Amino acid sequence: MPFAWNLPYLSVFLTMVTAILLSVIPGAKRAYWLTVGVSAAVTVMSLVFLRFIVKADAAYAFTMGKFPAPFGNEIRFGPLQGLLASVFGAVMCLSLLGGRAELFEDVDEKKMGLACVMLNMVLASLLVLSYTNDAFTAYVFIEISTIAACALVMIKDSGPTLVATIRYLFMSLLGSGLFLFSIILLYAITGHLLMPQLHESVQKLMADGAYTKVLALILAMMTAGLGVKSAMFPFHRWLPDAHGTATTTSSAVLSGLVVKGYAVLLITMYCRVFTLETVRAFHIHDAVFALGFCGMILGSVMALRETHAKRMLAYSSVAQLGYVFMGLGLGTEAGVAAALFQILAHAFTKPLLFVSVGRLAAAVHHDKQLRALRGTAWKAPLAGVGFGIGALSMVGIPLFGGFAAKVNFSTASIFTDQKIALTLFVLALSSVLNALYYIPALINIWSDRKEAALPETNEPGRDTSAAVAIVLLAGGVLFLGVCFTPVMNIIVRGLELM
Amino acid sequence: MLNLILDNRFAIASVILFVTGFANMMLHPNLIKKIVSFNIMDSATFLMLASRGMIAGRSAAILTDGGADVTRYVNPIPAGLVLTGIVVSVSVSAFSLALVQRIYGAYGTVDMRELLEAMKKKGE
Repeated sequence: MPFAWNLPYLSVFLTMVTAILLSVIPGAKRAYWLTVGVSAAVTVMSLVFLRFIVKADAAYAFTMGKFPAPFGNEIRFGPLQGLLASVFGAVMCLSLLGGRAELFEDVDEKKMGLACVMLNMVLASLLVLSYTNDAFTAYVFIEISTIAACALVMIKDSGPTLVATIRYLFMSLLGSGLFLFSIILLYAITGHLLMPQLHESVQKLMADGAYTKVLALILAMMTAGLGVKSAMFPFHRWLPDAHGTATTTSSAVLSGLVVKGYAVLLITMYCRVFTLETVRAFHIHDAVFALGFCGMILGSVMALRETHAKRMLAYSSVAQLGYVFMGLGLGTEAGVAAALFQILAHAFTKPLLFVSVGRLAAAVHHDKQLRALRGTAWKAPLAGVGFGIGALSMVGIPLFGGFAAKVNFSTASIFTDQKIALTLFVLALSSVLNALYYIPALINIWSDRKEAALPETNEPGRDTSAAVAIVLLAGGVLFLGVCFTPVMNIIVRGLELM
Repeated sequence: MLNLILDNRFAIASVILFVTGFANMMLHPNLIKKIVSFNIMDSATFLMLASRGMIAGRSAAILTDGGADVTRYVNPIPAGLVLTGIVVSVSVSAFSLALVQRIYGAYGTVDMRELLEAMKKKGE
């Protein structure tokens, strides 16, 4: 076994150990830089692993502990998991860098260590949710991710963030309750928790025509449970408050990564355990498609009505997650691959937008109303450019990641019988709606150069780490927009090897 | 029919408990009662899990002088899962209770509707 196959396990281990150590390591700055270092290390490890696994062109199961399958615990990794882990690590690192100034302002110095514990836990759970081969381990890390994500919302410790946290927490708990119940039902009818064994049993049950109603219920509960947690329409009501009120780093991590972890797990359950044929047989994909469709339109409509920049971005996340569910709802491999590409593209774009808005708002005493941000791009030009790249990517201008995602959805829809017209229609409509709020926001921040010199603005000051984050995140968006074929090849191959 | 109900009494009870907890968690405005409902919901899943692992006439999977004869013991995995589940549910409950306490400190209420009104008044 080459050493590289240990890297997924080691990256999870590193984040977990750091999280535990950080609860006793004193010093806000030390905790912060250690977390940045760990996420950077995870990125490097995952990239090295990705290189080896793409070359090997295979997927492996890695036994955890001394009990072999079907009793023990396993992780399973292929090209797709390596790619996801690299992106998750990189975006986490860049979100931390991008929101640094605001993080140190918003979080009490004594509590910085604890905030970093939560950030490490979020990264650990994201890695586990993409790597795990065990349904119950997935549940445990869903709950870890829930607590850590809620703590990230409330670290600002103001009234509105506390209320946003409790709403987020209760919705999340409903979701994880549904997921847990579905796993237990699955265990009751199959006697397994490891995904390959579950797959075999489910295939056998489907072939025999036994327990079909229970299987349909399990699939529906699992989809609803993970859907609540990844803000699938109509369960999205918690998201704008939670993502809109939190500090920049938290918003970027929550919108860019945390909601994606659950979507990735749902895809893993669909492809590795149930197979897309089973999903199609119960018409679950039609429901997912319809909800994704509604989410894409209504998320954008609500974003149009927002006057607060971060809440606008949060509603836009609802719409973007709608794309992911629409792709899943196509019920084909190509659709799932397009959804995964959208997950990656959005993971770079939304943190870029949040970090840019954070930097722009630094020029107007952190007032994040769109009105207040007028002309601020002249004070922080790099953030203005970053916002521009993010906004154009969301609208779907060629050369940016969002465009490539839309191309993938369109080509994927060709392979479906009935959904091609609906998909193309909603993609076009959503692009127009995105343009309707992103383009005015973009013009707004770049207009009225003179007004930006008013006394109520202040110099945002130099922030090298935010500049680095904006440049690299924008680089990620451009990379996905230009070189999307190799990335898609890894995703498609990863899905085949799932 | 009666036999069917009797055979599935644990499953039926756990489904009723789960739905009770779920509905209350969605609909009840009181935050503390929401947390209680969450615990009811989780207990329902534990009941379901524990009852699935139970085989009448067999004992817990602890090796005694009887030796390692598998026909004498119940499946130990559900019990292990219940334990893990309890740990998760306790930590989530502790976290939510702490959060509710902070909210009470900030707004003086644990009622979701009053909370939203109080927020509106403060202009937040």
